Amino acid sequence: MSVIYLVLPLSMLLVLVAVLAYAWATRAGQLDDLETPAVRMLEDAERGGTGAPTPPLGRLDDDR
Amino acid sequence: MTGLPPNRCVQCGLAAPTPPLGTLAFCCSGCRTVFELLADPSLAPAAASGRSYAELDDVAFITEVGTPLPGGLVSLEVYLEGVHCAACVFVTEKVPQLVPQAREVRLDLARQVATVVWSPAVGPLSDIARMLERLGYRVRPLRGTSARELRRVEDRRALLRLGIAGAIAGNVMLLAFALYSGAFADMEHGDREFFRWLSAGLSVPAVCVAGVTFFRGAWASLATKTPHMDLPIASGLFAGLVGGLVNTVRGTGEVYFDSVCVLVFLLLAGRRLQQVRQRKASDAAELLASVTPGAARRVRLDGGVRRIEEVPLERLAPGDCVEVRPTDPVPADGTVLTGSSELDVSLLTGESRPVPVGPGAAVYAGTLNRSRTLEVQVDRVGDDTRVGRLLRELATAPKAPVVRLADRLVTRFVVIVLTLAAVTAGVWLVVDASQALDHVMALLVVTCPCALALATPLAVSVAIGRAARAGLLIKGGDPFEALAKPRGLRVFLDKTGTLTEGRLRVEQVVGDASLGPVVSRLECDATHPVGRALAEAFTPAEGSLTDVEHTIGGGVSGRVAGLGTVRVGKPDWVTPEWRRHALAGPLNDAIALGRTPVLVSVDGDPRAGVALGDPLREDTRATLDALRAAGVALGVLSGDHPEVVAHVARTLGLEPTDCHGGLSPEDKRARIQDAVAAGGVVVMVGDGVNDAAALRAATVGVAVHGGAEASLHAADVFTTTPGLTPVLTLTRAAGHTLRVIRRNYVFSVAYNVVGAGLAMAGLLSPLVAAVLMPLSSVTVISSSLLGATFRKEAS
Repeated sequence: MSVIYLVLPLSMLLVLVAVLAYAWATRAGQLDDLETPAVRMLEDAERGGTGAPTPPLGRLDDDR
Repeated sequence: MTGLPPNRCVQCGLAAPTPPLGTLAFCCSGCRTVFELLADPSLAPAAASGRSYAELDDVAFITEVGTPLPGGLVSLEVYLEGVHCAACVFVTEKVPQLVPQAREVRLDLARQVATVVWSPAVGPLSDIARMLERLGYRVRPLRGTSARELRRVEDRRALLRLGIAGAIAGNVMLLAFALYSGAFADMEHGDREFFRWLSAGLSVPAVCVAGVTFFRGAWASLATKTPHMDLPIASGLFAGLVGGLVNTVRGTGEVYFDSVCVLVFLLLAGRRLQQVRQRKASDAAELLASVTPGAARRVRLDGGVRRIEEVPLERLAPGDCVEVRPTDPVPADGTVLTGSSELDVSLLTGESRPVPVGPGAAVYAGTLNRSRTLEVQVDRVGDDTRVGRLLRELATAPKAPVVRLADRLVTRFVVIVLTLAAVTAGVWLVVDASQALDHVMALLVVTCPCALALATPLAVSVAIGRAARAGLLIKGGDPFEALAKPRGLRVFLDKTGTLTEGRLRVEQVVGDASLGPVVSRLECDATHPVGRALAEAFTPAEGSLTDVEHTIGGGVSGRVAGLGTVRVGKPDWVTPEWRRHALAGPLNDAIALGRTPVLVSVDGDPRAGVALGDPLREDTRATLDALRAAGVALGVLSGDHPEVVAHVARTLGLEPTDCHGGLSPEDKRARIQDAVAAGGVVVMVGDGVNDAAALRAATVGVAVHGGAEASLHAADVFTTTPGLTPVLTLTRAAGHTLRVIRRNYVFSVAYNVVGAGLAMAGLLSPLVAAVLMPLSSVTVISSSLLGATFRKEAS
């Protein structure tokens, strides 16, 4: 059973990483709007077939 | 061309109205525009409103609402009217390809708000606004950026706390599983200590970081000496954490870390749920409020040439001259310079009849121009206007308190728990002093009112969600508990726009009714509200019509083939001798009832009379009857003429002593305050600026559909469908919601009694606590979700 002394702290480290990732996502505003990105992805995929260029979207509003 | 059925949108495939033969079906203007733009960008339709949006380019405006970004870019949030599907996202976010200065447009579909990033050095914002309007979406800049930013930060913080609490609760529970199974399977002492130390290490951030809001709430509750649910929660969390830490260090006794962590997570989740629901309603109110165009048309003499420019309201100054077109709101308090028209003042004063104004007359911001263009000299702007003063008073007006069931219960709850803790400590100190601390800690943890604290937020948030579907947006306060008992409830209603439709309609025709179509034909291009009402009341006649002549302040005349010269208008204008005619009786009666009389003559001979009034809404009578049957005391508070109010009261069978006319906004508020002071729950239902103060003063203020901005700000609830039926729905659903809350309390109190009994007897092991506490929460959650609040009314 001594392996738990190694594995448990490691898994706690993983939890910490997950929580930090979540904290980053929240702060960056990724959870502000849960509806539009889903729709946006659909629309772009449909256009993707016609070869139309997708507009440069993304980084700007994440910096707020 | 696409093989889709005819009632499917050719762009996105969603359901769409069936188009005329030979044309294509579109679900919305967005899809139509995308389709046309993809075919040929030069085909984009011209802007519908013809607005230049020049006021958006004002430097002061941009610095006020915009956020500067690196690289000389500016970001701004605008409300887009009419966005609702994937095509709308697609087309609005394509704007940067159509307008060079636009760098990015990001749409938030749920809030109907787009973030526009553009480069002012390349071109003005108004180009982007005009392009968005050409695409089919009207643009409304959102003010109050800093408030929204604060809210966003607060939202993110709450989400972060919830996430941390959830992650820790899950892991502590896993560790607790190992500890519980270890207790039955002879776990090694070292392993057990290791697990306990790990749980302790995890619980500290759960309580101190994620659960810090409960301690803040408890502190505030102590400091202000007002009972609050946070107090017993904080004491339970504190006992669980500190007691657990002490026992972990000592290496003996029980620990309740898993219960404590799950508690924090569940409570945060319940609160977040209620907050999200209320946030949605207040967002909607904010968007409705942004409907007022923030622009005025200023008239300037530029080297002798008269020029008109659109400026933001903030830029208007006393002494300026503005043009007010028909259907535009008056932008500031002022005096009419030229032109004569009629103003709809119903939102400001409650008066249902349009008020004629001419040169020299005083006009007020917030009234609507009805018939002809006016030029107005601005006297007072912004906060100094009559509306501004009303709104300012509103901000400082006190709100009638709602005494919550939870607040009443919690004082007793705290006293009982503390007494029980003292008894437990006393008894166990005598029986076995070494166990006293453990049992007191167990008692405090198990009585931590998790289910009790979830009971109200859950039931209320479920009710708010269902209310939204039934056409009621609840943005503040907690109207359910206040409205739960219809008996003893006092409901005051505004008249114009609330009981009635708030616009002129033909109510009565006397004499030769066959003239109706002719009258409608004559008035068909009238702009005057009386003329519009007459035109809409009948189907216009066919046939030739010549010599049509409109007389300001009189009426209209014209020669109708096969009939003669027809005059329609004010009785005195049609023929001064009308009082001697047989139609004089009915017309005088109409005047006495506050109606507007119109006389129709053919070749100078009075033939018919029409009485126009502001008719009751279709559902007014049924709603009031149902409310009265439920035991609600009804009253009317109106700014309209007392005789009109008395007539409406008689028609609806209301007590004349409870119906008052000719009230100023201050009178309305005073009457509401008196009623509140007299005790009981007071509800105000209104739509106008003049109702705003009364809506705020009432226990629950309800703003009806189509009301003024100020009333939306002041009200706790507003309806999104016309009519009064939602008010009835609200009172019924409130009763149901309170029953759900009560049922939840019974469940959670029962669990607490069992838990407290076990803890005092020293039988409460951490395993029993770990089962008992989530079980009580689950019971409360299912009881809240299964309640049928609003279901009947909503379907």
